[in-house]
Amino acid sequence: MEKRVVITGIGLYSCIGENKVEVLDSLRVGRSGIIYDTPRKEFGYRSCLTGMVKEPDLKPFLSRRERIGMHQPAMYAYMSTREALEQAKLDVDFLDKNETGIIFGNDSTAGAVIETIDKVRERKDTTLIGSGDIFQNMNCTVNMNLSTIYKLKGINLTLSAACASGSHAIGMGYLLIKQGLQERVICGGAQEINKYAMGSFDGLGAFSIRQDEPAKASRPFDKDRDGLVPSGGAATVIIESLESALRRGAPILGEIVGYGFSSNGDHISNPNFDGQYRSLNMAIKQANIDPKVVDYVNAHATSTTIGDSMEAQAIYGVFGSDVAVSSTKSMTGHECWMAGASEIAYSLLMMENDFIAPNINFENPDEDSKKINIVSEMKEQKIDCFLSNSFGFGGTNSSLIIKKYNK
Amino acid sequence: MNRDQIIETTKRFLSEEFEVSTDVILTENNLQQTLDLDSLDYVDLVVVIEENFGFKPTADDFKTVVTFEDFYKLVEQKLA
Repeated sequence: MEKRVVITGIGLYSCIGENKVEVLDSLRVGRSGIIYDTPRKEFGYRSCLTGMVKEPDLKPFLSRRERIGMHQPAMYAYMSTREALEQAKLDVDFLDKNETGIIFGNDSTAGAVIETIDKVRERKDTTLIGSGDIFQNMNCTVNMNLSTIYKLKGINLTLSAACASGSHAIGMGYLLIKQGLQERVICGGAQEINKYAMGSFDGLGAFSIRQDEPAKASRPFDKDRDGLVPSGGAATVIIESLESALRRGAPILGEIVGYGFSSNGDHISNPNFDGQYRSLNMAIKQANIDPKVVDYVNAHATSTTIGDSMEAQAIYGVFGSDVAVSSTKSMTGHECWMAGASEIAYSLLMMENDFIAPNINFENPDEDSKKINIVSEMKEQKIDCFLSNSFGFGGTNSSLIIKKYNK
Repeated sequence: MNRDQIIETTKRFLSEEFEVSTDVILTENNLQQTLDLDSLDYVDLVVVIEENFGFKPTADDFKTVVTFEDFYKLVEQKLA
């Protein structure tokens, strides 16, 4: 028999807040986390705009050995996971004794790799790199570090699916629990913020150059959008079987009822209506709901011309004009590998507090966005069911549907 | 570099790298136990020794080192 899968903890380390309380406030007031990062200018960036989080000081929490294999993705993910575990009432002692998995979305470790290579170039001796770098360099850095720190005994793998990584991580964890193969899985997404990580993306000319107005640069669905703004941090979403959550007396923040996915099988970077549409419909079908049940769509919309248009068409095609839509990337920028997880967490905060966060900077619609109901000011509204989209390079698409938990 | 300078330098970089108090880096104490070294930590120990004393100890060198006194002798020998 298939298990019901619920969410029992979320944690955030984001450019709009380093914990849930700060993030909730930002979501309510529509606060942007975008800045102009001057060092990027000298480095050769076309656009110096980025979301920014600081590297946390982990010395109060972790030993030297636990910290030494961490670069930005793992550092950020430790902070978000720490917060999520606390909410889920899980500690190391419990995790050591009760099988728990971890599936984290991550798709780069550019900063760590380049720093390591620079050491070798300078010293011309790999034995002087030190012992921590290999664990920072590998793409599974978050998994290696967190599974060791928290003594995790279940599934342990990293999911790389470009900007849909975090969403697929939750989707895969959901499937494992639903099938009874895992009781609980720590899911999430992490995204490094350093100048090495995003240079090649900037080189495509995909980033907004509205550099004189950082807070207005990310404007999903707006007619005058001119590109995305890169960002990062980490988000953790702890999911488990309903039985496990009830047995432990854990808070139940929502229930995952649908996971849709697809591949465009088309262009490596251009989005595609058909792929998105199939992902959305698969999620709806799996959740076995009428699309009208969905109160809110947290759009993937990154503020690129073509991507937002395709998604507006897909949302219109599935839901029509009524469902409330916003892209929290208008505030956070594009959190890439982290986005699919963080946007589930942002939406859960909205669901818990009965509001829809604004799609800030949405001033004028275009031909496609005028057909859907984009919420540009914070709106008090009860949410019983929401859908979150994530789409990535290579044409990977993921859609998750979450409902309020009802017995 | 004389013995006192070697001890002072050693205490400084080992306490910094391995996050132990300089108070426990005593001549007669066991180096591995005091610094709580595992196999990976020896990689880092080589790095900090090279940075501070300019030589890279080998695995054979470490076989002769049990106490900090042994380590100071090794450094004196390598710098001689």
